[in-house]
Amino acid sequence: MPESSTVKDVLSSSVECRTSPLRRFSLSALHRNSLGVFCSEDNVQECLSHISQEVSSFGLRPAWTEPGSGSELNIVAALNCMYDLIQLHRRGLRTLENMEVEQLKSNSNVDFLQLSTTRLKEQLEISKRENTGLLERERQLQLKVKSLQNCLKNEKEEVQKLQNVIASRASQYNHEMKRKEREFNKLKERLNQLLVDKKEKKQAIDVLNNIGRADGKRSLWKTEKMEAKHEGEMYKTLLSDYDTRQRELQLENAELRKVLQQMKKDMVSILSSRKPAAKGDKHEHGGTQAASEEEDDEAFDSSKESVELYCVHAREKLTNSIRLQWRRLKSHVERLDSQVSSAQTGESKSTDAVPRETHEEEMDRLKLEIQQCKDFIQAQQQLLQQQLSSPCDEETASLLSDCYMLQEKERLGDEWKTLEEQRKIFERERRNFTEAAIRLSHERKAFEEDRATWLKHQFLNLSPFSDSKKPSLSKSKSAFLISAETDSSAAVAPEKFIKHRSESPRCVPLTSPSTADLYRTLCLIPEDSSTKPKRKTEHVEESSVFCGNAPVRHKRWDGIQDRTLSQEKNSSI
Amino acid sequence: MNFSEVFKQTNQLCKVSPDGKYLATCVQYRLVVRDVSTLQILQLYTCLDQVSHMEWSSDSLFILCAMYNRGLVQVWSLEQPDWHCKIDEGSIGLVSSRWSPDGRHILNTTEFHLRVTVWSLCTKAVSYIKYPKACQKGIDFSRDGRYMALAERRDCKDYVCVFVCDDWHLLRHFETETQDLAGLEWSPNGCVLAVWDSCLEYKVLLYSLDGRLLSTYSAYEWSLGVKSVSWSPSSQFLAIGSYDEKVRILNHITWKKITQFEHPAIIDNTKTVYKEAEKRPGVGSDEMPLHNITMGATLFNTQSKYEICPLPVQIPVVKPDPDRASPKIGISVLAFSSDSRYLATKNGGFQVQSLNWHCSGDSLILLGKEQLCLCYMDTDQEDK
Repeated sequence: MPESSTVKDVLSSSVECRTSPLRRFSLSALHRNSLGVFCSEDNVQECLSHISQEVSSFGLRPAWTEPGSGSELNIVAALNCMYDLIQLHRRGLRTLENMEVEQLKSNSNVDFLQLSTTRLKEQLEISKRENTGLLERERQLQLKVKSLQNCLKNEKEEVQKLQNVIASRASQYNHEMKRKEREFNKLKERLNQLLVDKKEKKQAIDVLNNIGRADGKRSLWKTEKMEAKHEGEMYKTLLSDYDTRQRELQLENAELRKVLQQMKKDMVSILSSRKPAAKGDKHEHGGTQAASEEEDDEAFDSSKESVELYCVHAREKLTNSIRLQWRRLKSHVERLDSQVSSAQTGESKSTDAVPRETHEEEMDRLKLEIQQCKDFIQAQQQLLQQQLSSPCDEETASLLSDCYMLQEKERLGDEWKTLEEQRKIFERERRNFTEAAIRLSHERKAFEEDRATWLKHQFLNLSPFSDSKKPSLSKSKSAFLISAETDSSAAVAPEKFIKHRSESPRCVPLTSPSTADLYRTLCLIPEDSSTKPKRKTEHVEESSVFCGNAPVRHKRWDGIQDRTLSQEKNSSI
Repeated sequence: MNFSEVFKQTNQLCKVSPDGKYLATCVQYRLVVRDVSTLQILQLYTCLDQVSHMEWSSDSLFILCAMYNRGLVQVWSLEQPDWHCKIDEGSIGLVSSRWSPDGRHILNTTEFHLRVTVWSLCTKAVSYIKYPKACQKGIDFSRDGRYMALAERRDCKDYVCVFVCDDWHLLRHFETETQDLAGLEWSPNGCVLAVWDSCLEYKVLLYSLDGRLLSTYSAYEWSLGVKSVSWSPSSQFLAIGSYDEKVRILNHITWKKITQFEHPAIIDNTKTVYKEAEKRPGVGSDEMPLHNITMGATLFNTQSKYEICPLPVQIPVVKPDPDRASPKIGISVLAFSSDSRYLATKNGGFQVQSLNWHCSGDSLILLGKEQLCLCYMDTDQEDK
């Protein structure tokens, strides 16, 4: 330690040496002392003087006097000086040490004090808390005391009341007892009197004459039947009473039910009317849920309205739905009330501002919608005017006038046409049929006459004078044919006639053609192997095939048929 | 109002016949029958002793005069003045006597309530009913006169006997759940019998005609109970007046209390209109305690002038001595108007002896000891 201190001293002195020239020696000192040494050969005197000044400032004996010799150093004085300086330095160090020690001590004191203050603060906190706790307990105990006092008061009052009651009851009991005792005494007296009294007065009734019953009827004997009758009457009375009561209750129920239904309807209407306006207001419960509920109720309404609510479930449903509607209505009214009250007080709460804003939004939206609708209506009106006023051709007009029904009309026209055609065809066929029937009858007649003449001829031909009649037959036949036919196809007939003329005498049995044949020829009934397209040709063939029975007739039918066919052909085109 | 001359009477025995044609009064031992319109004496009968009780028969043909001291009952006929009938109860004594509803039987209750003797005037037959109860109202006839209910006390238990008045056949005999039956009353439709207990226990029991217990009603315990009971004429309501100065009204469907009326000493609202929930047209009950009707002016004012007092009105209440038995507090008289719209009640110790409604239902007569008061109901306010 001392070595370091000496080193320190040396260092400090050297430092001092370095610093002081910088201090004392101004620019000139700096130029010279570039090496950093205080004293050099040049400035010995100055250094000497300087040091002596310094030493004297310290209070020490100067090391040397200010001689004229100058460079002579008093070594003793210098050593003394040095020794003094060292002592001084040592003293300084000691004081420094002491002061450091003291500083440490004071630091530790401070620490200690800080610790103690924190500890004390904590203690203070704890004690404060305890204090508040104790205060709280005291308050609670006081409350309890008060309530207990109230209880005590109530109990006292009750006790008082009960005492009063007991007193009154006791007095009542006493009174009764006294009364009974009095009566008992009277009874005893009476009994004594009766025992003493020899003459016993009997009960008796003395009536001049019996009087009739109030209702004039004879009194009846007491029998079991009478008893049963009495029972029956009693039950009848009770039953009728119950009946009337039930009827009244039923009427009342019906009325109440009506009222409830009415109320429900009103509530539903109110709630549904405010539903579109208040859709924006619904910030509490989902609008969809409420809407669905109301829809359910409306559906329920419509389905159950006509049904009498006599069963328990329906009644419950009605009451539940009414309760629901009422709750909703109540909440709605409460909300409105709160809105009104907040509007009145002028507070702008966020919850109330929202519905107002949304309400205004609703209003704007609705106004916009109204404007749009109006514009739309205007546009439509204009178009309609244009439509009505613009000039157009008659065709287009007529077309346009019924443009929606055009397709239907065309279809209808087509169908009508086909129907008309069919009708005409049927008409024609009917006409032909009747004509054919008429012709048939004519021809039959002719045929009969012909046959008759032929038979006559035959009969006459048996005689040798028959040849002269032949040409008349042919003539008559041809005459027949000519009279029967009307068309150009008569050319065909004579041919065939000529062809068959030769055959006709061979055909001996002439039976009138059957209706089946007639129909067949008129192709009204289909043949076994005939198909429609081949109908005409086949018949032509058949006509040539059928030569057995009444070929003449056949040919004639065929001709007719051909005519009809040709007629048909004409008509179809 | 015109008043006729004053006629003498004793014992307040002055009754108009049920058909309203005659007026019978008793003066000492004489029975005087007058014509109501002319007040001329029509008949004069002489009884054997001072008459204690006088009663017209239901068909107004006979008058019963009972002399309790002598144990005699004499019956007089109006049609035949020389017809006479005397019933002597003998040594057994007589405590009360009454007509049966058909006017041909007389029920005599003997002394000490030993028995009830039924005397028939048609057949001179006698029937006995044992163990009748001596209570406030032990016998009641149904309004149509077909049934009689009688309270019986046997072996320290209460019973009710229902008799058919035709031939006095015992129809039903059942025990009641009362401690000490004080009274019974038929409902006007004759189907329900209200039975109430003595004032020591508040209990009202409702029995059906065939003896089934329909319902029990008890408003509170321990304090003094029922003082008076009254049916409404439509049988819909049963009014129970009790010692706690309240009237409670029960409805005939659930036999539960529908309302109660209080008689506070300070009246703040002259009218409390109550419309019952059954929504019957025009039926409600308007409670007007007696003191309301007088409206503050004294009933005993000789000038009989009425003025309307401003609300609230303080009724002079005399606190009765609670130590005495049967204190003069509570509702002692109840009267329904004929259309069941109004109920008049008398609370406390007011000197009103009876309340009676006019049959039209809009006026009320109050009989005091020395005065009478007629009250007309206006539809909106009380008047007169």
